[in-house]
Amino acid sequence: MAANKKKHEPFIHITKRDAIVWWKAWLIRIAAVIIALLVCAIVVVALTGYNPIKVYASMIDGTFGSSRKVWNTLQSTAILLCISLAVTPAFKMKFWNIGAEGQVLMGALASAACMFYAGDRFPTPILILIMAIASIVSGMIWALIPAFFKAKWNTNETLFTLMMNYVAIQFVSFAIMVWVPNGSMTMGVINRASKIGWFPEIFGQKYLFNIIIVVLLTVAMFVYLKFSKHGYEIAVVGESENTARYIGINVKHVIIRTMMFSGALCGVAGLLLVAGTNHTITTSTAGGNGFTAIMVSWLAKFNPIIMMLTSFLIVFLQRGAGQIATTLRLNQSISDILTGIILFFIIGCEFFVNYKINFSFGKKITEAEKIEEAAK
Amino acid sequence: MIGTIASFITAAIIQGIPLLYGAVGEIITEKSGNLNLGIPGIMYVGGISGIIGGYLYERSTENPAAILCILIPFLSTIIGAGLMALIYSFLTITLRANQNVTGLALTTFGVGIGNFYGGSLLSFFGEGGSISLLTTGTFYKTPLPFADKLGLFGKTFLSFGFLTYLAVITAILASWFLNRTRAGLNLRAVGENPATADAAGINVTKYKYLSTVIGGAVAGLGGLYFVMDYTSGAWTNDGFGDRGWLAIAIVIFALWKPASAIFSSFIFGGLYIICTYIPNLTNSTRELIKMLPYVVTIIVLVFISARKKREHQPPAHLGQSYFREER
Amino acid sequence: MTSAIELKGITKRFGAVVANRNVSLSVNRGEILSLLGENGSGKTTLMNIISGIYHPDEGQIFIGGNEVRINSPHEAFEYKIGMIHQHFKLVDIFTAAQNVILGLDEKSKFDIKTATKKVAEICEKYGFNIDPSKKIYEMSVSEKQTVEIIKVLYRGADILILDEPTAVLTPQETTSLFDILRRMRDDGKAIIIITHKLHEVLELSDRVSVLRKGEYVGTVDTASTTESELTEMMVGKKIELNIERDMPANSQPRLAVSHINCMSRDGIKLLDDVSFTAYSGEILGIAGIAGSGQRELLEAIAGLQHLESGEIIYNDPKSGASEDLRDKSPLQIREMGVRLSFVPEDRLGMGLVGNMDIVDNMMLRSYRSGKSAFLEKRKPKNLADEIVAQLEVVTPSVTTPVRRLSGGNVQKVLVGREISSSPTVLMAAYPVRGLDINSSYTIYNLLNAQKKNGSSVIYVGEDLDVLIELCDRILVIGGGRVTGIVDGRNTTKEEIGLLMTGKERSEDNGGE
Repeated sequence: MAANKKKHEPFIHITKRDAIVWWKAWLIRIAAVIIALLVCAIVVVALTGYNPIKVYASMIDGTFGSSRKVWNTLQSTAILLCISLAVTPAFKMKFWNIGAEGQVLMGALASAACMFYAGDRFPTPILILIMAIASIVSGMIWALIPAFFKAKWNTNETLFTLMMNYVAIQFVSFAIMVWVPNGSMTMGVINRASKIGWFPEIFGQKYLFNIIIVVLLTVAMFVYLKFSKHGYEIAVVGESENTARYIGINVKHVIIRTMMFSGALCGVAGLLLVAGTNHTITTSTAGGNGFTAIMVSWLAKFNPIIMMLTSFLIVFLQRGAGQIATTLRLNQSISDILTGIILFFIIGCEFFVNYKINFSFGKKITEAEKIEEAAK
Repeated sequence: MIGTIASFITAAIIQGIPLLYGAVGEIITEKSGNLNLGIPGIMYVGGISGIIGGYLYERSTENPAAILCILIPFLSTIIGAGLMALIYSFLTITLRANQNVTGLALTTFGVGIGNFYGGSLLSFFGEGGSISLLTTGTFYKTPLPFADKLGLFGKTFLSFGFLTYLAVITAILASWFLNRTRAGLNLRAVGENPATADAAGINVTKYKYLSTVIGGAVAGLGGLYFVMDYTSGAWTNDGFGDRGWLAIAIVIFALWKPASAIFSSFIFGGLYIICTYIPNLTNSTRELIKMLPYVVTIIVLVFISARKKREHQPPAHLGQSYFREER
Repeated sequence: MTSAIELKGITKRFGAVVANRNVSLSVNRGEILSLLGENGSGKTTLMNIISGIYHPDEGQIFIGGNEVRINSPHEAFEYKIGMIHQHFKLVDIFTAAQNVILGLDEKSKFDIKTATKKVAEICEKYGFNIDPSKKIYEMSVSEKQTVEIIKVLYRGADILILDEPTAVLTPQETTSLFDILRRMRDDGKAIIIITHKLHEVLELSDRVSVLRKGEYVGTVDTASTTESELTEMMVGKKIELNIERDMPANSQPRLAVSHINCMSRDGIKLLDDVSFTAYSGEILGIAGIAGSGQRELLEAIAGLQHLESGEIIYNDPKSGASEDLRDKSPLQIREMGVRLSFVPEDRLGMGLVGNMDIVDNMMLRSYRSGKSAFLEKRKPKNLADEIVAQLEVVTPSVTTPVRRLSGGNVQKVLVGREISSSPTVLMAAYPVRGLDINSSYTIYNLLNAQKKNGSSVIYVGEDLDVLIELCDRILVIGGGRVTGIVDGRNTTKEEIGLLMTGKERSEDNGGE
């Protein structure tokens, strides 16, 4: 009989953990990162044949090698961190906003438009203020649209926000075509000579302004999530909509409010990119950071302070791998591969934090089978 | 005028084919409840795997045989894309990781692999320049033998390489599989309600793995079509662009039906290039028109969520992992 | 004669909870066995073991006299066991026929037409009235149930297990279901029907096995038993608990519920013309089989359930004003100045947030107070310290996530928070479920203290001994209707048991 063939208990039995001590959880995560770095080393060696220690040394050199490199690293970290902060409140609420890319672009577009059209009418401080307002409002609107439909008809937000990214990209190329009608698709630096609408240099450092803003935002976001009433509501909605209902939180209201806030911060990131970093706009101004930010936020368990570390880790990988690529004459994209590998390990290790694996060894089964054999 | 329309249709089909592969692959995947946002990365890997296979073969022989020129890249693509989908499957099904985060990481990884090998493959062999597999590309582009005998019809619909027809056949097969076979019924049940499927004796894990890996391999063929047919064997970094995301949009537009994906892909392909066929457009208006596929998809998404017609919803368990003993 | 299926000494534990302890039963071909027991008596766990969803920790299963090990639902099919779950396992967007053939690995060619024909044949044989090509989401509950039955018959099941099949059916539908079950019995099938409705047991089954709190009580022949014998087996002998109970002092009507009706999304009546008055200074118990409308009733009062009709009048003890709470949100109720506290059944899914610490959980009710945009943590911290000290909550600190606490401590945290606002109405759903004896008494004392303070306490419970000793009055609910309100000091377990099991309701139905 068919049934007689499979008299075995499953060898591995998986159960959900009730709780895990925090240090054990972090031990698992750190172990995952270490294994991931080892795997990365093997991959790099397999591709290049170089000594892995040399490779990592080269990565460190690429990140910290000169004061210019340090500033570039800090600047990239600041932008990635800013967008990661932006997506965090929505994720904490379990609203899967993968549209940060588009929200950042819309913010950047608004800033660029202000610089382009109003560059010679206002003094820089006032213009920057106008740019800030415009960017924030644009990012907010871009986030509000999917949030509204989510609240109204429970429209799938993952797919909606994803599509909004591409609408935003087309908006940007439309604007560039209007501003630069020759069809070259490149905007060029706006207000190159007058520097109107550019963030000021502080102590001669052009990125310091960005970095200071993001540090302030990080602290503010930490405080918002941890100590404000809104942050508390977000946490409750994310943990359990039933509890939220039970204590009288209007869930739809919170979804819309939080997404507008997320979008506003993305708008700020757009402002920083245009006014502080690039002084121009392209369709790739957001540069995939909108997607990477999701992983940064998720890896940090939505904690803004830890996000400083995780965003730095990602930037380190990207810049370090970029350096390997230059010194070893490899393609820059090696950084994406290494980032991917490390993410896989960190994503996968959460399983061992949340579940327990019980192995059942053959003993019980053979006994039962013996009895059965005897019975026959 | 007829000539312009015919050439527009041809161009729309050419643009639509990679999207069709991607969409059909994603539909097969999503039917099991897995929202694989790694499809864009998988398509990159599909393309580069084909390139690598083809390059190694062309390098190894003086006179490449047509059949091997076609088979080696084809199999390389299926293996490369399938392995990518296997990473996703292991993380989301066995390790129950978050599907969105895993998918996005897979896309980062896959695009990285595509561009890395695309940019460095030749330098590994001490060569310079950029990849161009003209011989293989030519074989892939060989049209149906009787195409030129059928006049305009033949020229419009039959002048493509075999991957074009394979895409349509795959979509039809997928449609037949989902609607007319026992395994297809079981697969849809897994995506709708895995607990019910489990109780009915269906091996949920097996179905999820198989559909995700097969779906990934199918999507990978879209990348292969792009590099071998569309660009005639040449690789440019980031050349594939955002077509992977567009494929995911088509899944929604086609309401998760592979047969509808055929025409949806051609429509999206047409929208992708329609601006070059409308005379007297300014450059900026063109960019606005390129927005259409996405805007239309959003409208469809909102419309189906507002109407709540059960047949038009995404698979009910899409995006969630399944754990039997969840109590 | 060998039994179709026999269980010997089955034990199943979930962590520390024993769901089944040493359960044995058997059923023959051509026989209907009823499995009788209150909620939480372990019936469903036992059936899940038979259908391969859980593995028993101890014990043996015999099918046709051979010992077997059932590892999965799939293997259960191979032993010709078919389970009809209380919660239907159907794919909504599939047709009846598609659901029936789901998961089968028939060797023949896949053909939905042949399957549809075969389904039609089964329908004819047993007298089902169903369209095989109708989608599940368009079906009524009884049609869905029919599909479930056809599903197991199609698979050639010889042993059918039905989990509370009549819970969702109208009297007419129940009658026709019983006809079908009898026809299947005469066809030689072995049938197990899980139920708690005594009149159905007596009407339908050949033998009855009784479970109580996970333990096997015994098996009797239906022909030689009576309702009161079965009730006693099911609820057990009266146990003295010595819970303190004072006479209500200065009772005033506090909450007057009149003629409220509530429907589920599928159009099933969850509350059917419910009326009662809760007084200040008393504990009103609510008894009933789980799922009879207790949850909906409490949620309706708390502002979480939409009502079709009726009113919920609250009499304010200070101002003397009367206000209707119907269809007000929890926030509105609070803003009206009504101090209504609610300890819900789902502690970690509704009453508390498992991943938050005790202090943060204290804030759930109070975080809005004050004009500041920021949280005020001092008061909740003090409250948390106070509750931990006074109720002897065992926890490493007040910053431990409540998920990590044991069930009793979780409940102390929840009840402690809810009574901290000195409520005028306190509702508690199954507040001692899963708690040890000491924690349970702590909860009883807290409820009594609220009663003494003049609060109107509404206590939903499942243990009749506790209800009888703790409550001043007991409202019995069955199928969404009030089947009776009895005096806690004069009633007996049998009286409540009979009201619970739908005695009243079946008389009502007879009159319709």
